[in-house]
Order: sequence, then C-alpha cells, then structure tokens
Amino acid sequence: MVKVTIDGKECLAEEGEFVLNVARANDIFIPAICYLNRCSPTLACRICLVEANGKQVYACNAKVKDGMEIITSTENIEKERTAIMEVYDVNHPLECGVCDQSGECELQNYTLHMGVNEQNYAIKDTHKPVKDWGHIQYDPALCIVCEKCVTVCKDMVGDNALKTVPRGSDKLDASYKEEMPKDAYAMWNKLNKSLIGTTTGETLDCSSCGECTAVCPVGALVGTDFKYTSNAWELQKIPSTCAHCSVGCSLDYEVKHTSVHDDTQKIYRVTNESHFSTLCGAGRYGYDFENRVSERDESKFSEAVESLKNAETILFNSQITNEEAKILQDVATKTGAKLVNRDAFEFGRFSEVYSEVSGKSLYSGDLDTVRNSNFVISVGSALKTDSPNSRYAFNNSLKVNKGAGIYFHPISDPVVGSMGKTVVQVNYKPLEEATVLKWILKQFGNLEMGEVQFSELYFGEDFKADLEKLLKKKDKFSLLIGEDFYGAENWKELAELVGLIENHTDFSVVLIPTNTNSLGVSQICTLSETSSGRSFGYNEKADFCFSALGDGDLDAPALNQQEGTFVNIDKRVVNLNVALPYNGYTLNDIANEVLGRDVENTVSYTKELFAKVEFDSFGNGFTNSGEDLRGYKLEADEVEKREVKVEETTPKTLSNPIYLANPVLQFGLFTSKTHELQEEEGLFISPEYAEKLGISDGDEVAVATKFGNLNTKAILDNKISGEIPYIANSSLFGSYRFAEAKISKV
Amino acid sequence: MKELEIRGSQNYVPVEIEDYPTSGWDKFTQVVKRTLKGELFVGLWVVFREMVKFDIHTLQYPEEVLPVSPRYRAVHKLLLLLESGSERCIGCGLCEKICIADCIRMDTKVDENSRKEVTEYSINLGRCIFCGYCAEVCPELAIVHGPRYENVSEQRAHFALKDDMLTPIDMLKAQKEYPGFGALSPNADELVKKTPLAY
Repeated sequence: MVKVTIDGKECLAEEGEFVLNVARANDIFIPAICYLNRCSPTLACRICLVEANGKQVYACNAKVKDGMEIITSTENIEKERTAIMEVYDVNHPLECGVCDQSGECELQNYTLHMGVNEQNYAIKDTHKPVKDWGHIQYDPALCIVCEKCVTVCKDMVGDNALKTVPRGSDKLDASYKEEMPKDAYAMWNKLNKSLIGTTTGETLDCSSCGECTAVCPVGALVGTDFKYTSNAWELQKIPSTCAHCSVGCSLDYEVKHTSVHDDTQKIYRVTNESHFSTLCGAGRYGYDFENRVSERDESKFSEAVESLKNAETILFNSQITNEEAKILQDVATKTGAKLVNRDAFEFGRFSEVYSEVSGKSLYSGDLDTVRNSNFVISVGSALKTDSPNSRYAFNNSLKVNKGAGIYFHPISDPVVGSMGKTVVQVNYKPLEEATVLKWILKQFGNLEMGEVQFSELYFGEDFKADLEKLLKKKDKFSLLIGEDFYGAENWKELAELVGLIENHTDFSVVLIPTNTNSLGVSQICTLSETSSGRSFGYNEKADFCFSALGDGDLDAPALNQQEGTFVNIDKRVVNLNVALPYNGYTLNDIANEVLGRDVENTVSYTKELFAKVEFDSFGNGFTNSGEDLRGYKLEADEVEKREVKVEETTPKTLSNPIYLANPVLQFGLFTSKTHELQEEEGLFISPEYAEKLGISDGDEVAVATKFGNLNTKAILDNKISGEIPYIANSSLFGSYRFAEAKISKV
Repeated sequence: MKELEIRGSQNYVPVEIEDYPTSGWDKFTQVVKRTLKGELFVGLWVVFREMVKFDIHTLQYPEEVLPVSPRYRAVHKLLLLLESGSERCIGCGLCEKICIADCIRMDTKVDENSRKEVTEYSINLGRCIFCGYCAEVCPELAIVHGPRYENVSEQRAHFALKDDMLTPIDMLKAQKEYPGFGALSPNADELVKKTPLAY
C-alpha cells in the first residue's frame, strides 16, 4: 500500500495502481472518456491529464508512487480539456434529438462540463455512411474514435474483431499546430486519421457479445434491434443477474410499456456496467424469454399440487433459484420423493471428491483470480460456448498481465487461438482428460510420480521450448476446469487429480459450474442419479410438467419474472430481481399447499440459506472501486483431507467422436426462445472435416450414436477446426460429452 | 345625500344614492316601494323588443365560434414541413419527457431510410393541463397548440392520436405557423453564434 495526495485528499492505494482508478475509488472526479477499467489504457482522449509531482501525466496510465502529489486541474489542463472537447465537437452531427444515446452521452456531458460555448476549429467533413454489422450498427459520423470498442474487443472479449481504419480526411490546417494546446492538437491529429472498422473487411466476424455497444460513450455503436425504439430516460433500469450461465453477470433489464396502445411492460434492452462487468451476447440479446400468463388456471393448479404430493421423482435442472431449490428440497424431505437434477448431481459429486482431496469445501479461485493471474490453463471446457466470461477472464489475463496460457481441449478453437501468441492449444483426445491433469501435476507440482505417457504427439520438442518461454516471469497461476469432466466415466479420478493440483501446485482452481445455478443447487439439495415412478418436472419433461417455457401443464414464471438468488462461478450469492410481472402460479404457491405452509414470497426462503441474509438487504451494482454489491461471497471451509495416489491408467479411445455443445450464444433452455437469438439447429462441422466427409453446408446428415440417432442439417463452422463436430442435442449422448458417432449424408 | 370630494380636473358625476334606511319602518317601506315599482317589466320589455328586432349580438354557438388569439393554448396540432410535406416531428421525445401531466406517449422505430420514424403519437386530453411546455420544448416546432378549445368526450380519458392532430397533406397550404410558445423570436438569426466551416 502506498499513500498519495489527490487534490489535498490523502488516499491509500495498491502499488502500481493507475492514478485514475485511485481517484475514482476515493470519489475524486477526473474526466476520462477512453479509459476502460480492467483493460489497458487506450490514450486516445487525453482529457484525463493531471499534474503529478509538478509534471503533466495522463491519469489513466500513470501509476501511483508513494508520496505522490496529484492535482487534477490547473489552468493549462483546463485549457487542454476545453480544446479537446471543442475538437470532438467539430463536425459532430447535431442529431442529439434522435440519437440513441439520448442524453447519456459523454460527449454531451463533457462538452457542457468543460463549458465549450464556441467553436474555433474546423475541417472539411467526409462522407461516412452507417454500417450494418448484424446485431450491431455503426454510425461513423457519430463516432469520436475513443477506441474503447477496439480496446474492449481486444483486452476483454478477445475477439479482436475491431480495429482503427483510415478516415480519408484532409490534413489539419498547419496553423493549428501553433495556436492549439499541445495535447489537443496531438489528439486531433490522431483522431483525424482514424475511424473504427472491422478486422475482416466489410462484415463483422465475432461472437456478437455487443460489448462494444455497451462501452461506446456516444451513439455510434448501437444494438440494431434497439435502434430508435426508445429514449434512455423512459426505460426503467432493473438491476439483476443474467440467468443463462454460471457466471451470473450483473446486468440491468431496461423496461418500458410496449406501445401507445399496449400498456404491458416489455424489456427493450439489457445494459451493463461495462467497467466492471462484461456481458456475452446471450446476456445482452437473450432477454425476452419471459412466460406471459394471463390468468391463474385453478384446475391445473390443483392438479399440480396433487402431482407434486404424489410424485416419486422431482425432475429439474439448475436454471432455478436457490430459494426454489430449497422449496423442492423441503418438499422432497416431506414426501420422500427423489430429487433428480443431472447437471447439479454431476457437478456436486465432482466437487465433493475434489473437496475431500483438497481439504477445502469450495474451489479456491474465481474469475477475478483468473483475470489477475498471468498463467492460465483451461481443461475440459469449450470455453467459447460453455462459459464466454471465463474466456474473457482468460483473455484479459493474457492481455493486461502479459500472461500466457494453455487451452486443452479436443476441439481446436481458432477464436481461442486468436486471443494471442502466448496461448497454446493442445488438442488431447476424448477420454484422455486424466493424462492432461497428470501432466499439469507433473509439470507444476511437487508430487512424486512416474513419467506421464501421452498417446500421441501433443508436446513435441518445440513445445518444451515454447513452454519455457511461456512460463518466463510467471507467478500467478489459474486453472479452469470445464464440464467435460463432471459427466466423464472416470470423474472420480479426475476430481482427485484436480484436488491434488490444488494442493500440490500454485494453481488456484475454478470449477466452471455446468448450468446457471449448479453450484447453489448442489449445495442445497440432496440429489439422486436416476428417476423412477411418477414424476413432477420443473422445466423438465415429466408426467406433470410445471414449465416456464410455455409448453408445460402449468405455467411457471421465467427467471426474468422472479426474485431469488443464484450462486455464481465466483461463489457469490447474487440476486435476481423482477423485470416483468407474472400473473400465474409460482412453485411457492404449489409448495405451500403441499407443505401446509403459508409462506408469502419465494424470497422468504432466502434467509434460511447460506449466510442467512434477508433478500431485501442484498445490494445492486458496483462501487466506484469495482466492488460487486450484489449479495455476498461464500467462504470455503477447511474439511478433512483424504490421501490419494496418482494411479497409472491407460486411457481408452473413441473413434469418430462428436461433442455435445451449444452453438455460440446459446445456453440452456431460454436463449432459443428469445427473438434476437434464434440460431439454426444442426451439426456443426469444421470446413476441413466436412470436405473429408463430402458434406457441404446445409446438407441433411444422419448422425447415429449408441444412445440415439437423428437426422439434422450440417452447418459449416469456421470457428472450429479438427475432426470433432458438435451438436446441441443431448439425446445422442450419455453422461459424457463425447460419443462415438456415424455421420452420413442423407 | 353624501357630499363627494371632487379632485383635480376630472369631471366626476356623483350618483344619487338614497340614505340607508335606519329604522325598521323605513326598511319595510323601502322593500314595499321597490317591489311594487314595476321595473321588472322594463327589463322584460327590453328583451322582447330586441328579440323581435332580430338584431342579436349573442354568438350563435356552436354554429359560430369565437375567434381566439393565435397564442391561445388549446388542442394540439402536429405540423408538417411546408416545403416537402414531411412530418416535422423527429421523435426526440422531449415533449413526452417535459409533460408535467404525463399525458404524452409516442412509439418510434427505424424506417426504411434508417431514420427515426414516429409511428404513433398520443395525448391524453383528459389529463392535459394545456400548459404549453410540449410546444415550447419542441426543437422542430412540430407540436403546437391549435385554436380548437372544445373538449367534449363520452369518455373520461379522451385520447388524441396522431391522425387527429397531424395536418392532413391536402391542407398543407392552409397550415399556419404558430406564433405561440416555443416559436422563434423575430431576431433569432442575430442570436446565433456561427461556427467556422472549412468548406
């Protein structure tokens, strides 16, 4: 910790922290447009100029030193700032009235803040038509080229889909160099040469996270679907948590009446605090999965009560809140029914064995430790589709901490490959997960063990040299474990090995939970593996189906119509708020009948869980220093350790495997219901493998495994390579995510 | 009779006012006098005389409507651009925002020329207090107050929709500029600070 003085106020800060972040954390205002927290400084806007120990520096890239004296405003700095804002206003279209930023505009705010009331600069404008990039639209006329979008795409998301391109403008008038403040001139000179463009020609080729629209300080990048539908001030922000995957990102649902004639509330868009939370496309565009119910169906309700009372099995999945999981657990305890939830069961048993070996009740890492580490290994997860935010964290560590990493997965992913030169992909064969873990243990651990045998060439001589290079000056290690492991036949061995890695290496481990709340459900419920007898299903097919998907016997509220909590990948209990009203019955209503209780709200159960905190005391959003105000973090307890030995095993092999994975931006049950994310279903094949099989895009193919067979469409996916296609249909798979398959053209 | 002081050069004429009656008897006699004077018939005669003359000064409402000042704030109108006939409203939503009675709502979308289009616009006239803020805030002089002040409706909430307020395209020539709240002042041009242009 170091002590600095900013405008006379003493502030404590971490060594190496940027001046801007220290000021913000201490509620001191320094204007800045282009800086984005958790990313490297862009240095495009230059208005964060401050004076540190008598010298002008940029607050966004100057690191604090002990005893530093910082002044945020001097006469010269104010002159620079005003001139910079004047430059930004040159040729900026006066269409604030229709611009989608509708006043939430940093250009507008800072222009007023700096008191720009005249324009002294001019340059001939260029013709810049609007570009349509699918989910995103770019209006270069409104763009101030702060390059935040380029920065977030590179440093946070890792798609590297945007870059600056030439503007094709005239040269600045030579007289400006003399008469303008120095930084303002330098900034204009750079601005005048660039615009934002895609790295792949005219179209935008990326995973459509839309984060660039979130960081855009003006209305240049906007969501195509949202464009011109509402002013920002009319939308009511409802802070909540994304319901699609286990990362549980903080987001705001923005809600307004549907139209002049229709008063029902509708979600218009999803926004996020982009300095501290990054959304993937599923979170941003997959918001309208609500289940609209006009009235309560009393006869169906009494059927539901009877069915739950008499059910021998309660089937559900982990897209469920902790409170409802607790309700189901209470019902099961009373009626003696079995609770069956495959993803939570598999995740739970895996983390239990891991705990026995590691001696910790929960895994040690979270996504912040991944972001802050400089060597990351990911095993057993198709990161791009399984957990986009884990990939962002991996990428962020590469870019911001000059990190390196290894991505172990049978399917090679060009998107991961393009994150940087310091990430190496190793494509092990399905069923060889244990070998990879043993190699990590051998390479990084202090455990006595024999030589690790690899069946085929993964690590040549080159790799050994590469690895040495990758590991240079690395001191913070993170390991991401994915869901391939939890359902594997040898899950127990894998869990033990992960436990050993936790104990015998410097890696902090993150087990990526399979589904939104697999972690919470596995902590709350006592689960069984198989079902039998009469069944009651919550969002699952069963004898009686209580479903938020609109296809069940009785309607349930979807997760954007519920209050409740999740436990996310960061082991944080996070809260979910009601974005849209729901008129039907909830699980709590049914359970009240079954349990003979009179609990008013589902969230009345919150105080019975984990740290016993009332739901209403949960916070929302972030502090200025980036602390998540949602809920609280679960702490890992020490548990009794069990000694295990590493055993030599020879992995079996699968011939012609296929992989169970969702297409990009699709998760679980709800994303495919949303109007912006209706992806095609099919078998995703890499172009080279398709050529080998003689299949072209759109062909109908028959896929047969020992678990089932299916006729579907072949979709060529240039974002995978290798000979393992993937498909999002679980009926073709057992519990393991790979299966031997025969693929033939129909 | 009370003496009135007459000041200056004004030529005041004192009105004859009888002294107020003081005793009970005096009051009684005054009431009787006034009651039996027959002045009522004078009034009735005047009315009858004017009626049969058919030279009436009363406005024949609702056939005739009193002309109002151009700055009168009555039911709103949406104006068109005089040159092109396009709608002036750009859908900025400022009127919706400023409306203190919260009675304006609008729907917008992107049109085929990727401009903002106002698909529907409504004012709940049952709620509107005709304060004129919407006209004043409008940057395009698109929403203005018209002279139609009748607000009869069978419903408590009477809505005016876009079609009711928008100038019909065949009436474009008859559309008049609104001089009321929010209109440009005659010296508006002098108040504009010019920015340099490079071409």
